[in-house]
Amino acid sequence: MKKAVKKLYLFLIYLFLYAPVFTLIIFSFNNSKSRAHWDGFTFKWYGELFRDKQIMTSLTYTLTVALLASLTATIVGTAAAVGIFNMKKLGKSLVMNLTYLPVLNPDIVTGISLMILFIFINLKLGFTTLLLAHITFNLPYVILSVLPKLKQLNKHLFEAALDLGAVPLHAFRKVILPEIMPGVVTGFLLAFTLSLDDFIISFFTTGSGVSTLSITVYSMARRGVNPKINALSTLMFIVVLVLLLIINKRSSAGEGSGGAKETAKLSNLI
Amino acid sequence: MKKGWVSYPYIFWMILFTLVPLLLVLYYSLTAPDPSGNSVLTADNFRRFIEPIYIKVLARSIVLALTSTLICLLVGYPVAMILSGRDLSRRNLLVLLFVIPMWMNFLLRTYAWMTLLDRKGVLNSLLGMVGLPRLNILYTDAAVILGMVYNFLPFMVLPIFSVLSKIDRSVVEAAEDLGSDSFTVFRRIIFPLSFPGVVSGITMVFMPAVTTFIISKLLGGSQYMLIGNLIEDQFTRVYDWNFGSAVSIVMMLLILVSMGIMSRYDKEDMGGGLL
Amino acid sequence: MGKHIIELVDLTKEYDGTEALKGINLYIRQNEFVTLLGPSGCGKTTTLRLIGGFEKPTSGAVLFEGANINDMPPYKRRVNTVFQKYALFPHMNVYENIAFGLRIKKTDNAVIREKVAAMLSMVNLEGFEKRSVESLSGGQQQRIAIARALVNEPEVLLLDEPLGALDLKLRKEMQLELKNIQKRLGITFIYVTHDQEEALTMSDTIVVMQQGTIQQIGTPQDIYNEPKNAFVADFIGESNIIDGVMLEDYRVKFAGHVLECVDRGFGSNESVDVVVRPEDIRLIHDNANLLQGRVISVIFKGVHYEMKVSDENGFEWIVHSTSMEPVDTAVALTIQPCDIQIMKKVRTI
Repeated sequence: MKKAVKKLYLFLIYLFLYAPVFTLIIFSFNNSKSRAHWDGFTFKWYGELFRDKQIMTSLTYTLTVALLASLTATIVGTAAAVGIFNMKKLGKSLVMNLTYLPVLNPDIVTGISLMILFIFINLKLGFTTLLLAHITFNLPYVILSVLPKLKQLNKHLFEAALDLGAVPLHAFRKVILPEIMPGVVTGFLLAFTLSLDDFIISFFTTGSGVSTLSITVYSMARRGVNPKINALSTLMFIVVLVLLLIINKRSSAGEGSGGAKETAKLSNLI
Repeated sequence: MKKGWVSYPYIFWMILFTLVPLLLVLYYSLTAPDPSGNSVLTADNFRRFIEPIYIKVLARSIVLALTSTLICLLVGYPVAMILSGRDLSRRNLLVLLFVIPMWMNFLLRTYAWMTLLDRKGVLNSLLGMVGLPRLNILYTDAAVILGMVYNFLPFMVLPIFSVLSKIDRSVVEAAEDLGSDSFTVFRRIIFPLSFPGVVSGITMVFMPAVTTFIISKLLGGSQYMLIGNLIEDQFTRVYDWNFGSAVSIVMMLLILVSMGIMSRYDKEDMGGGLL
Repeated sequence: MGKHIIELVDLTKEYDGTEALKGINLYIRQNEFVTLLGPSGCGKTTTLRLIGGFEKPTSGAVLFEGANINDMPPYKRRVNTVFQKYALFPHMNVYENIAFGLRIKKTDNAVIREKVAAMLSMVNLEGFEKRSVESLSGGQQQRIAIARALVNEPEVLLLDEPLGALDLKLRKEMQLELKNIQKRLGITFIYVTHDQEEALTMSDTIVVMQQGTIQQIGTPQDIYNEPKNAFVADFIGESNIIDGVMLEDYRVKFAGHVLECVDRGFGSNESVDVVVRPEDIRLIHDNANLLQGRVISVIFKGVHYEMKVSDENGFEWIVHSTSMEPVDTAVALTIQPCDIQIMKKVRTI
């Protein structure tokens, strides 16, 4: 009896979670713009989606910014994590507080403060400012992914490499980096996903017609419901699903613990 | 042995792009242009915020956020319990399924509710088919709360789930061995042990809930004002940076205060150094 | 053994205000097996790390073949280290781990293959080249760590409590193996441990350390039979330490009796520490002239019985014997003069 109640409750919750998603997906194939009546199956909204110049341009911008920002953040962030790991207590806690600032700050404050900064130094809002902003909010997450891996390392590994004749850079490249690589890759994926997903910060820090996908969707959504958005949502959902499954496979192959736990941990960071 | 200087580029970046902007916000909040256009130190911006119209906005934001948080807690705790009670293989799959909607774009998830709740939307047509009266939820408080709960429920469930699943089975068995029934076990063992997760969950729901502006804008309508909307409005429509900054500072103080309250209950280390 | 390959001159190391090493002076001869022995926190690991180059001295010098190497980084020193938890590179297999140092020296591949094979055979792990580090047992990892260090033909090998994680039987086997390897290769070994039995088994010379200072340097026999002070006596082997008064050369008074001993050179009526090893006390019956006592506990230890005997003054003697006296038996304690060790009293801080 108790088991049935539990199952029912879970089912309702999952229904609640997925209902909007499924509705979006289903109605992306709807032949009319209606949000309630089914008028036949069609792919036409997908067609219109790909023909929509604005959406395609913003898609390009979104991918470009996400890729550039996450790559930069991964390189700078990994170096930073190494540096922070070796700091003394006082410096370490100061830098970590600095690192947590964008994580804990509401997106809107981060977005607005960056906008103020850019305008204050007379930097025209556009692709550059967008990129700078993305790198900024990506960095802490890379660090938060790499640091735990550094902490897990046997602290004598680096010394052993030095002892055997490696100069510090060689020791880092050959011994430390391979060990922390899972954290680095996770950091990269996390940064990439956050960049793809971001709306608020992008909203405030872009200009000159440079728009990300989220911003385009926002302006479309404000004007009312549009099945093209449904089509877009469906596609994005599939992409994310595939990405997540890949991450899941990686974690369970590499770490041995349920990949979902990794994903859950990652989600906890957001 | 490794030099700490490797992190200097990062530190420099963060100071420039995190610390300085916040200082600028502070600066704007404490100044205002005088008649000749120069910036003058003043507390006027904050004084304006104390006017009833704005206090109402603050109050509404806090009340809605608290309500959503409470609902998330009441609805989410059982979910966490059920999930953590499952055996390992099914459990990971269920958690993964739980997490997947989260990774869909925040904007789109909120937009989805727009279509569902619309007067001519799916929900109403379903209700109509069953013979129940139609609901006009969209553009009301209820819609905003619904949107918040929908978006932030996983943030409540996951931390609690994480803590619950770490509880050593033998602790529960020890309690049962000493004579506790299920309810007592929950009350005196499980819930207290899950407390750090609960605190985590409350923090992770309340903070985005109180600062959101998308949910309120899309589901509450363009006239709907939460503190997030107020800030956005000041910066994109009214262009009163000084007042907008002041409201931002108020919001940050709100966050700091709630974090301070929460950290008194939170004994877990966040892995680096929290204020 | 010959020239001094390593010399420590007034070596001091300070961490956050505490002095881990207080100006120690020590020389180590070539081909010697030296053990730094002491309790946790005595400074032995710090000394090893200073020799290895992982820490810089606060003051003083580390000399290698006469030259000051204070500022020489670890990768330039002709010294290799075997770390406490082996520190094998997890993402490399056995072959790559051992070859690591050779690759850095840009050794020819054919030569590497030869040397790695030779090393593996020396540590009795032939054929393990392709194995992953994780698949190895503790003892095997230990030997790979040793092979990885030795393949670089260092002049000095530093070992930081390498056998700590192994079970007793394996540890004893490895002790002998290490000693054999050292003798065969003729390399200087500097070994750090807190296990006095290990030190006694393996070393040519033992350096006993406590709180950053050297307490005594000597061969295992010296240290065991003639500990210089109460700390060394207590740390090495079991001992009974009791207050006594040196009446004159060769005569000491303790526990209310005056006994003959073999030490001299103390002032007359000087307060001293008297040390007697538990295995040197014999328990006999019916001799009223000797120190009397009563057995208060008996524990069977396999190799011997460990008995506690409370004497007429209330002092509890620890006695090891293969014959057992039951609890509550009245006994007399007899000790040979040569088994009474007199030490100057050490002022403890």
